[in-house]
Amino acid sequence: MGYTIAEKIMLAHASMAHSGRKNIAPGEFIEADVDLALGNDITAPIAIEEFKRSGAREVFDRKKVVLVPDHFAPAKDLRSANQCKILANFAKEQKIKNYFEVGCMGIEHALLPELGLVGPGDLVIGADSHTCTYGALGAYSTGVGSTDLARAFIDGKCWFRIPPTVKFVYNGKLGKWVGGKDLILYTIGKIGVDGALYKVMEFSGPVIRKLSMDDRFSMSNMAIEAGARAGLIEPDGITLDYIKQTKNPRFKTQKFKSKLKNLRSDADAHYEKIYAWDVSGLEPQVACPHLPSNVKPASELSDIKLDQVVIGSCTNGRISDLRIAAKILKGRKIKPGLRLIVFPATQKIYLEAVKEGLAEIFVRAGGVFSTPTCGPCLGGHMGILAEGEACLATTNRNFIGRMGSPKSFVYLSGPAVAAASAIIGRITHPDNA
Amino acid sequence: MIIKGRVHKFSDDVNTDDIIAAKYLVSTDAKELGSHCMETIAPDFSRKVSAGDIIVAGKNFGCGSSREHAPLAIKGCGIAAVVAKSFAGIFFRNAINIGLPFLELADTDKISDGDLVEIDLSKGLIKNITKGKTYQTQAFPEFLEQIVKEGGLINYVKRKKI
Repeated sequence: MGYTIAEKIMLAHASMAHSGRKNIAPGEFIEADVDLALGNDITAPIAIEEFKRSGAREVFDRKKVVLVPDHFAPAKDLRSANQCKILANFAKEQKIKNYFEVGCMGIEHALLPELGLVGPGDLVIGADSHTCTYGALGAYSTGVGSTDLARAFIDGKCWFRIPPTVKFVYNGKLGKWVGGKDLILYTIGKIGVDGALYKVMEFSGPVIRKLSMDDRFSMSNMAIEAGARAGLIEPDGITLDYIKQTKNPRFKTQKFKSKLKNLRSDADAHYEKIYAWDVSGLEPQVACPHLPSNVKPASELSDIKLDQVVIGSCTNGRISDLRIAAKILKGRKIKPGLRLIVFPATQKIYLEAVKEGLAEIFVRAGGVFSTPTCGPCLGGHMGILAEGEACLATTNRNFIGRMGSPKSFVYLSGPAVAAASAIIGRITHPDNA
Repeated sequence: MIIKGRVHKFSDDVNTDDIIAAKYLVSTDAKELGSHCMETIAPDFSRKVSAGDIIVAGKNFGCGSSREHAPLAIKGCGIAAVVAKSFAGIFFRNAINIGLPFLELADTDKISDGDLVEIDLSKGLIKNITKGKTYQTQAFPEFLEQIVKEGGLINYVKRKKI
């Protein structure tokens, strides 16, 4: 019996920890060496506290620890400033190079791939549930808690229960305005918020092969919203082009080249289930309150009035997302009284958006163009919703109270529907804006 | 270990934003977090809980974010154990790692809000005293049992090194 790509990565990393382990099967517990351990300003303070309480003095490998103050940064208040400072101090004390202060900081799940800190074949843990984003590169990448992170700081290891893999095959041809976000919303709508509970999702098929890296990131990013531990895409030419332009020297090493070898699921790999869908003619999708699985085609929601539109986040704050939104908003004005908040995911994307004139398009349309932060997505800052307000966001969660008042309403979509809806003031199919 | 307390019943897909809203994530103090536990969906929850009480819920408990503040808040407000049809992956890890007792039981529909329940953790037995029924849950796999016995992941790792 062959292995899926996820199982291959697990086996490769378990064999280091278990000296020469030769096989692996779903359900088994393993300890494995991680390639990278990530924390942010919400989760790392607990991890650092636990690390210190354990009596450990030095992190296992200062090159493999990444700290990104992105959730409540730039600090929204005194208490979050103190949390950010815990990261800064720890980075200084432990000589951690991959600490990103405001100015270099970007939303972690856009920043790490952009810098080439994550890549195909890597085993990555992050104390943030959307760590699954890097699965788009062909990494086994998964969200853990702060204590898991503290443990990895100590000895570079993490425990895993090998999940079974479920395969999703997307056939057909995507229509205009339809991208990775629509595919993943459609998928979660089909299988539910626990449809892949404790499983690996593997996205494949001809539609995925043609999808850009930015669209792939949007898909893997939301694997967690179906309960999955990871959401992988086998690396191909598009992946390799992407990692090449990061210019990270690690991708030129022999070690990396051997990692890449045979990094795909075997023909006789075992899948717990295979879903195959023809997505030709799929309409842009929207998740309605209060679950990401409550999905409807955008055109069925034209009576939903909006107070705010948010374009950005680790799901859809990349340059191609901003280009799509700007294409629709160019020369247009947003609905008077509506708030449009655009926040690019990283400083590099911010700069590109300025250079390409996208920032100007958003501002002239009546929107605001913000510094990178996770802020509004989790109801942190920079766009909190008042009681009774409705927001369409390109983010990933629409739980009760996610973006502010427990009596507010969050809808989720891709950037095209978001931009079109900002113009009309109601949820709008991009063809109708 | 025996846990005995009143049941606080919740439905499916209780997420970590429900358990502890992001605006409170500027603290790592379990007591402070506990005072806001479940506030979004059950505003009086932390005031209603007596130490030793039990949360009983539907499927996919703890879905959403990785915030360890969620199991910390549950512990911090006095809840002694969580019983649910299933648990989300990261919440499952966090509960193990910080030593919050939890049990998977397919049939939580038969337990009602306010029932008096006694849990024998080592045997995985749930006794509903109010209804006079006993349910058997699956025992923890050995690997996880070890972490729990050591009092959490960090202790387990420290012990292994010695």
